[in-house]
Amino acid sequence: MKFIDEYRDPRLAHALVARITRRVTRPWVLMEICGGQTHTLMRYGIDSLLPPQIELVHGPGCPVCVTPLEIVDKAIRLASLPEVTFVSYGDMLRVPGSETDLFHVKAAGGDVRVVYSPMDALRLARAQPERQVVFFAIGFETTAPANARAAWQARREGLKNFSLLVSHVLVPPAIRLLLGSPVNRVQGFIAPGHVCTVMGYREYEALSRDFRVPIVVGGFEPLDLLEAIAMLVEQLEQGRAETENQYVRSVTCEGNRPAQQIMEEVFEVCDRQWRGLGWIPGSGLRLRPELAAFDAERIFGLADTGVEEPPECQSAQVLQGLKKPLDCPAFGNRCTPENPLGAPMVSAEGACAAYYQYRRPAAGR
Amino acid sequence: MNDKRPGLEPLTCPVLLPAKDTVLLGHGSGGRLTAELVRKLFLPAFHNPALARLDDQAVISLDGLRLAFTTDSFVVQPLFFPGGDIGSLAVHGTVNDLAMGGAQPLCLSAAFILEEGLPLATLERVVRSMQEAAAAVGVEIVTGDTKVVEKGSGDGLFINTTGLGVVPAGVELSADRARPGDRVLLSGSLGEHGIAVLARREGLEFDCPIESDSAPLHTLVAAMLSVSRAIRCLRDPTRGGLATALNEIAAQSRVGIRIEEAAIPVREEVQGACELLGLDPLYVANEGKLVAIVAPEVAEPLLAALRAHPLGARAQLIGAVTDGRPGEVVLRTRLGTSRLVDMLSGDQLPRIC
Repeated sequence: MKFIDEYRDPRLAHALVARITRRVTRPWVLMEICGGQTHTLMRYGIDSLLPPQIELVHGPGCPVCVTPLEIVDKAIRLASLPEVTFVSYGDMLRVPGSETDLFHVKAAGGDVRVVYSPMDALRLARAQPERQVVFFAIGFETTAPANARAAWQARREGLKNFSLLVSHVLVPPAIRLLLGSPVNRVQGFIAPGHVCTVMGYREYEALSRDFRVPIVVGGFEPLDLLEAIAMLVEQLEQGRAETENQYVRSVTCEGNRPAQQIMEEVFEVCDRQWRGLGWIPGSGLRLRPELAAFDAERIFGLADTGVEEPPECQSAQVLQGLKKPLDCPAFGNRCTPENPLGAPMVSAEGACAAYYQYRRPAAGR
Repeated sequence: MNDKRPGLEPLTCPVLLPAKDTVLLGHGSGGRLTAELVRKLFLPAFHNPALARLDDQAVISLDGLRLAFTTDSFVVQPLFFPGGDIGSLAVHGTVNDLAMGGAQPLCLSAAFILEEGLPLATLERVVRSMQEAAAAVGVEIVTGDTKVVEKGSGDGLFINTTGLGVVPAGVELSADRARPGDRVLLSGSLGEHGIAVLARREGLEFDCPIESDSAPLHTLVAAMLSVSRAIRCLRDPTRGGLATALNEIAAQSRVGIRIEEAAIPVREEVQGACELLGLDPLYVANEGKLVAIVAPEVAEPLLAALRAHPLGARAQLIGAVTDGRPGEVVLRTRLGTSRLVDMLSGDQLPRIC
């Protein structure tokens, strides 16, 4: 298939592996940020092609995994209200809150809908003016522009029955947190290509400079990731620490200005709690005060409950790249997709779920 | 668990779900939740040898005659989709469950659960389509039932069909008969039914509309059986897709199965839709395909027989049964690496980004 097969070509893939093997002289720990990239690495077994010196650890870039328990609980409370049609991307339905998940709320009679676009939520609001339609606006800088556009459009139309439960997160502050940690092991990052398609990569250049760390903006196909790894290894071996762009067919330095503008118009930066990582200053987006009429938390008077992740949850260490899913004693026995103990086992993009699906211990490899 | 790493505290669960005391949609996905329901609730209650084989049909001996017996309910939304409708699907689905036992279909029943308010014209259209599908197969719908539920208690129209067929002498097909060395044949490309229904339901529009592959497979099976009886097992990979069908065979035969990604046919439109939605075609439903586990020496002639039939023109040899870990399906990717092809817990959920 055009524009797909080219990026999965076995011959080119093995040439890139050879290039990496030729350049590497000592161990390096690399992290891919985005859950979509983790998924590709596992699905194609790319880590098993790499020379043993390269260790890949998996970052916190799974939007489902990092959405804090408090927000999931709020979503569950909203979805349980009889007057509410709660609208979400499909992935969020299985995420366990403190007591239940949205699938169970739906089974108990809650009006929970899965959509592919926030515009579908707007359509639902127009079609049923007697009901309150709440859209669960989560995700990174990738989903933020479309969600912002939905809020913008709702304001323009003067919709009175549409609101958003917002829990957007931003990638660069999370990388800053990881790099500032005394236990950080990561020596090079693959930056998330779709986030950078929207935002460009100026923020990452600052990170490279401040922490002397090489960063390569990478795509999502096997060849993208192998090339990004090759570029990181070359920087590390040469002692360089720059931000480079592998994903040139999608990403420009400045990003997508119109998408950034609508985000700026609708959202403002705030501190945000990440499941597994804790509070990160300036790492979230919330609705601007002038759009308060569309803020579900305000409309429905949802108070913070202060519910916290117990510190023993190991997903924190997985999301920081300190541990791999297979290091967890619960992996694959007490923690499975049917009975997830933590969010990384829930989402298809979560590192634990990717390992579970593609790579259980002693899988025939 | 014996954990050698120091400082790794045992995980105490912060977010454990409550006991699963309600039915979830995932229980109907054909994935692991469905299998759990069958294993823990239905099998112990109804325990008997015919059921315990867990094939698509039960085979019952009666005066030297072997009858294949199967039932299936159809709850598809929308009722009409490119390439078919709930009526033709209800015929094809049950005929195919009989055919996977090697049976020649004899007759069907049809039971209708109608929701108050369903336009009679819709019902008439569905019934006509059922009759046309049955006539094309050469079976009659010989008995039936009608129930009406209050508005809001159903989704327009549900259909159940039950089928009866005869298994020819010497035909012995079951999911527990796969042996290491056997070959895996697939009759055509994956995912067309699932994507066609999804696209219509969600209002997704593609440049080339994707049609369901819904079709009766009994003549394709007959063509295979006329070439060789050394077929171990047939499955139509419906909900849960090829991945689930192979996992079930591997588990019941206590063997491993290895398949080649490069050999598995997927039409470009379906591949594109899957790429867009973050779905894996291995898990998407088919309604006109079969996967066959066959003895190695008859793989080539059976592949030729499949390809000579219009419904098997794109058939492929996609892998082999191995003595690997019992119940485990492994895929060799185009890059030459290996990965597990696991059963999914519930339905595939489109990813967020």
